[in-house]
Amino acid sequence: MAASSVMMPYFSQQVSSKSDMVPDWTRQEVSTGTTIMAVEYDGGVVIGADSRTTTGAYIANRVTDKLTRIHDRIYCCRSGSAADTQAIAEVVAYQLGFHSIELDEPPLVETAANLFRASCYRYREELTAGILVAGWDRRKGGQVYSVPIGGMLVRQPVSVGGSGSTYIYGFMDSNYKPGLNKDQCMELTATALTLAMERDGSSGGVVRLASISEEGVERRVILGNQLPKFSTH
Amino acid sequence: MALSNSYETPAPGFNFDNAARNAALEGLFDGGQTPKPLKTGTTIAGVVFKDGVVLGADTRATSSEVVADKMCAKIHFISPNIYCCGAGTAADTEKTTDLLSSNLTIFSLNSGRNPRVVMAVNILQDMLYRYHGQIGANLILGGVDCTGNHLYTVGPYGSVNKVPYLSMGSGDLAALGILEDGFKPDLELEPAKELVRAAIHAGIMSDLGSGSNIDICVITKQGVDYIRPYQESQYKHNRTMKYKYGPGTTPVLTEKVVPLKLEVVQETVQQMETA
Repeated sequence: MAASSVMMPYFSQQVSSKSDMVPDWTRQEVSTGTTIMAVEYDGGVVIGADSRTTTGAYIANRVTDKLTRIHDRIYCCRSGSAADTQAIAEVVAYQLGFHSIELDEPPLVETAANLFRASCYRYREELTAGILVAGWDRRKGGQVYSVPIGGMLVRQPVSVGGSGSTYIYGFMDSNYKPGLNKDQCMELTATALTLAMERDGSSGGVVRLASISEEGVERRVILGNQLPKFSTH
Repeated sequence: MALSNSYETPAPGFNFDNAARNAALEGLFDGGQTPKPLKTGTTIAGVVFKDGVVLGADTRATSSEVVADKMCAKIHFISPNIYCCGAGTAADTEKTTDLLSSNLTIFSLNSGRNPRVVMAVNILQDMLYRYHGQIGANLILGGVDCTGNHLYTVGPYGSVNKVPYLSMGSGDLAALGILEDGFKPDLELEPAKELVRAAIHAGIMSDLGSGSNIDICVITKQGVDYIRPYQESQYKHNRTMKYKYGPGTTPVLTEKVVPLKLEVVQETVQQMETA
């Protein structure tokens, strides 16, 4: 298989189907309609996501894992079309794995982010994918890169994405300070995701968290009844 | 560009030449009658239990308002340890599962191993993503392999979900209610079968597109138990008459024999080697 694997989308137009035997949402594309977040701290990154995948108004999977492993110390948070992001993540994981074997050393987070950007930008007309690439490498430590719809690439110390992110920009602007430690980052992420899940219909379920550092990856799940509670009359 | 009167072997894969034509036709007439694909309008469900996986399906295939097939088989064989339930367009699920089964059989023969469920999932995901939702197949894949008991769902756009229990098809909301209420991790065989049966039954009762009998397929390390039907429909009707007509039922009024004039153009004799 060639080292430069390319995705070849054939038909991008939707075939309309007038059959009313099956409900509307079965013909809708599966969307992760989500809230994702990634924060850098000194020594690593904390990433988090909700767990809801929707097909229109129906929740196709209420325990989705949107934190996808790309390499040992590099993960990505997926938002947008479930099929598109799963396909892109697989392609990038393959490309990065190959690259890492060639170099005989762990890959850089910036490399992974650029691979995502390359695919997302080239096929920007056909894809709906908003991705946060986060991880740790020896050269620059913990890094978060944002690759939104359209294929831009930008490094940010903290980044949120998905349909639920719009509800927490104010919270992030007022509550994030540089220089937080790992546990503070975890708490910030859990709180932010909970607030977004409260307000966004397309986000919900459980909160999945992960912290990536030199030591490794530590994953955690916060179930619905254990989420922080905010009183709203 | 090939001449229209010379036969060309068709290119491999699906032929979408008519998709553009159908789309154009629909636009021309108000509510234009393009051919409606046969949808299974289904309830399918799967549950992972302690020793394996249980898959269940109803057996009704509909063509708009008419039941086209009362005893349709929706649980397809993929490999001796993997079965697949299909919802959506009947032709798409049939062909897709056939292709998958062939590919995995070739793999088995080449490597001498039983295929793993992840392999089936990856092949399906790859194919369905390539066709961008044009193949209307909603599939539930269940199987047991050396890594454990697995249940996956693959959507028509190529999205994959790995879950311990799920239901698909037009009756899935009804079935999912039963599954959400009754599922526990590590169920025993009989409770698992009963749970799936109840889920499909709920789909049959609450959804017009599902009905007739319930098929159950139990996959374990020891083997596969394909129970068809597990539960028969209570509304089964016994035919009161035979529909076979003997010769002489229709009277012959006139008979006309016209001998065809044939010319021997070429005669070749090929000896068979019988030695």
